[in-house]
Amino acid sequence: MMGQVRGDLVSASSTIEQAVRVETKRQPLPPRERLEQVFDIQDLTAIYGSKAALKGVTMDVYKNLVTAVIGPSGCGKSTFIRCFNRMNDLVPSFRQTGTIRYHGQDIAGKDVDPVAVRRTIGMVFQRPNPFPKSIQDNVAWGLKVLGMKDNLSERVERALTQAALWDEVKDRLKSSALGLSGGQQQRLCIARAIAVEPDVVLMDEPASALDPIATQAIEQLLHELKSEYSFVIVTHNMQQAARVADMTAFFSISRGAEGERWGELIEYDATEKIFTAPSDKRTEDYVTGRFG
Amino acid sequence: MSTYDATGSAARRPFSGRRARAGDLILQGVAGLAALGAVVLVGLIVYKVVQGSRLSLSTFGLGFLTSTGWDPVHSQFGAANLIYGTAITSFGALILATPLALGVALFLTELAPGWIRGPVTALVETLAAIPSVVIGLWGILVLGPVLRDDVMPQLHSALGFIPLFGPSSSGSTIFTAIVVLTIMILPIVSSISRELFLGVPAELKEAALGLGVTRWEMVRGVIFPYARGGVAAAMILGLGRALGEAIAVAQVIGAFNGPIHANLFFQGNTIGAELANEFSNATSNLELSSLFYLALILLVFSLLVNLLAQVIVRRVARKQGLVAQ
Amino acid sequence: MSSADLSVLQRPNDRLRRRRWVNRGMELLAWLAAATAVALLGIVVWSVAKRGASELNLDLLTKPQVAFPVPGGPQGGLVNAFVGTLVIVGIATLMALPVGVLVALYVNEFAPAVVRRGVGLTLDVLNGIPAIVIGIFVFGLIVVGHGDSGLAGSFALAVLMLPLVARSAIEVLALVPGSLREASLGLGVPRWRTTLGIVLPQAVGGIVTGAVLAVARVAGETAPLLFTTAVGVSAGADWNPTHPLASVPVTIFELSDQALESQHAQAWAAAFVLLMFILVTSLTARWLANRSRRKLQRAA
Repeated sequence: MMGQVRGDLVSASSTIEQAVRVETKRQPLPPRERLEQVFDIQDLTAIYGSKAALKGVTMDVYKNLVTAVIGPSGCGKSTFIRCFNRMNDLVPSFRQTGTIRYHGQDIAGKDVDPVAVRRTIGMVFQRPNPFPKSIQDNVAWGLKVLGMKDNLSERVERALTQAALWDEVKDRLKSSALGLSGGQQQRLCIARAIAVEPDVVLMDEPASALDPIATQAIEQLLHELKSEYSFVIVTHNMQQAARVADMTAFFSISRGAEGERWGELIEYDATEKIFTAPSDKRTEDYVTGRFG
Repeated sequence: MSTYDATGSAARRPFSGRRARAGDLILQGVAGLAALGAVVLVGLIVYKVVQGSRLSLSTFGLGFLTSTGWDPVHSQFGAANLIYGTAITSFGALILATPLALGVALFLTELAPGWIRGPVTALVETLAAIPSVVIGLWGILVLGPVLRDDVMPQLHSALGFIPLFGPSSSGSTIFTAIVVLTIMILPIVSSISRELFLGVPAELKEAALGLGVTRWEMVRGVIFPYARGGVAAAMILGLGRALGEAIAVAQVIGAFNGPIHANLFFQGNTIGAELANEFSNATSNLELSSLFYLALILLVFSLLVNLLAQVIVRRVARKQGLVAQ
Repeated sequence: MSSADLSVLQRPNDRLRRRRWVNRGMELLAWLAAATAVALLGIVVWSVAKRGASELNLDLLTKPQVAFPVPGGPQGGLVNAFVGTLVIVGIATLMALPVGVLVALYVNEFAPAVVRRGVGLTLDVLNGIPAIVIGIFVFGLIVVGHGDSGLAGSFALAVLMLPLVARSAIEVLALVPGSLREASLGLGVPRWRTTLGIVLPQAVGGIVTGAVLAVARVAGETAPLLFTTAVGVSAGADWNPTHPLASVPVTIFELSDQALESQHAQAWAAAFVLLMFILVTSLTARWLANRSRRKLQRAA
């Protein structure tokens, strides 16, 4: 199960190894042929104004898995993940070439409405951003607007339960969401996102603003929820990727002749392989902490 | 100042010591006097207006506020129709201006392509720079005839069953005044609203859009609730501006002192307009004092409005502090 | 399990379609609102420009006013109004500027926090008092005992200018970095010299632009002058502020009520000059203000 272990990797990445090895909750990955594809990314290039943030990304994202995106800062991880739900459209200077197919359909196509995309592909952000409304209204607002008003309170309870927040807030649903702790707020944001029943949930460094205990709670959620949703999570914390992800994509910064920098997908594989037996030297350098 | 001086004698610092302290005291004193003067000025204004209205106050008392008609011949002065006219023109302008202002603010913060924002913002603020007498001139000579010949007759034939839209014969009407006031308060409400909308944290907007709601749904669900208090303050400030506007209204409202009526398309009068038109023509002491009484009413209104806006602004600022975590 | 209907991306259901229509409708309304606001401005400015510029001639600025013009007879000009406004606004600025700056200095450099808020509140209240009430106040204060005069009018305008000048001076003074003050005080320079010699000069640019903006605001004010300085007393140019002086806004106000076409024409022409003056002054001052603010921030 562990594959071959290189000598110098043992010492430097022992903690990661332990995480990967000790991860008894990790199911072995089904063989590639049985994995259902959710996103099919072909030669994706993302450009702000005249500068490319990402070039030539090609990979597949699979259903009901946690896919982690790791890499040094500035390698375009956030830009990458925001391509999936058309959030980059909010930046006027953004352009994109290449395709991202969601179950076969190009989500950046001319006849595709970003509003519909975002309904199916949800997002949790880096800093918790609950609405200045009550806890209940935070979850219920999206449901009401999107027309999922039937059994509203049950839907709210279910979302909060799935986000492991119900027990802590069930007696104060009407109180302001801003009174919750950071970790609770982020779980509320997760509940808000999954209440509208997306297919995929994107997470942009969801635990980076949280303390270790809150982080652990979030990671636990990923394990429990991936049977229902597919997760793509950006993280700068390698141990976290090792703990939660089934597949890991490693991005890094490439430099051009005139000093331009852009991000590129270096290697994408099962998490174990990335951390214990990476194929690319750059991956190896990153996961062993030699740079980045 | 410092008692420790490595370089030496007091001769090197000729302004040290008593003379320096005198200079400080003089500057502080003079500046403090100016500040005190500003406070005294406000008190003086209130005092003078009250003093001027004393005769009328003692003659008519609070009945002044409920009786109508301005009759110098029989020494009968009442403010009721003026108060009514002031209220109807100001609130009418607020009702027209607020949706326009919010629309402009939303356009500038959410919809306008980058290169349009600057120019349009500047243009709307330029509207505020036009002097009231110029808008009034335009109102009489341009707007009035258009309303009289086209707009009011058409509205009357379409909606005449509502007493608000009665028959019209002249260009100088309450409606004209409402349109003019709308133009004048639009910039205030829109520029304050624009600042408020810009202050909504981007992360809240992203959170809403990320759920898959349309832009308008995000505006309704996130921006409006967030900016609610500030917009209320903006509206109140606009109302205050409309209440105090005397010149442009005087030029276009027709100075009608008959009984209170509902017809917007007929002449009317406001406190400010009456003051502008009649102050120089006051014939008796009682009339002059009654005009001061009117000014007192206006002063009280505007102070209350100002106070209300301040209270709301303070409450919004406190809430903002809680939200911005 | 998710209810995501993949085909939703291409074939929106009724609800999504309705929401999209509502969204588009609202966007249209917002565009309309902006267009209306710009159009209103355009219409007013265009009216004034069209009717005013064509009537503009040198006579307007040089000939005395004809009190009761006859159609076909000599129309005269408005030199009394232009000269009067020059004198009245000039003196008002001389009154308001020093006081405003002193108030700002007091608030920024000397006042304890409570007093600062109190003075700030006073300035806001002063700002909110309608101009016509200020006119009536000055009437009761000065005119009752001493009659109409240009000085009374200047005083009324100065009362209007005070909060504007003071507020903008306070803002600019607050931008002067504390490090400059500390450097000067650290050398042993007394407080008053630091304030007058270091802080004030740094803020001068911003104070001047604030004053210019206040002048632009106040040059068009009619109400404070209506009862403090009369119109039509002198037909020709009168530079003596102790006399009642004509002024451009009051003259426009009076002319707008008259019946003769020629008088309307003069009103438009005067309005055009007034509007141009105010617009050019405001825009220039604002542009200068942005520049000097950026300079102060860079120096910080």
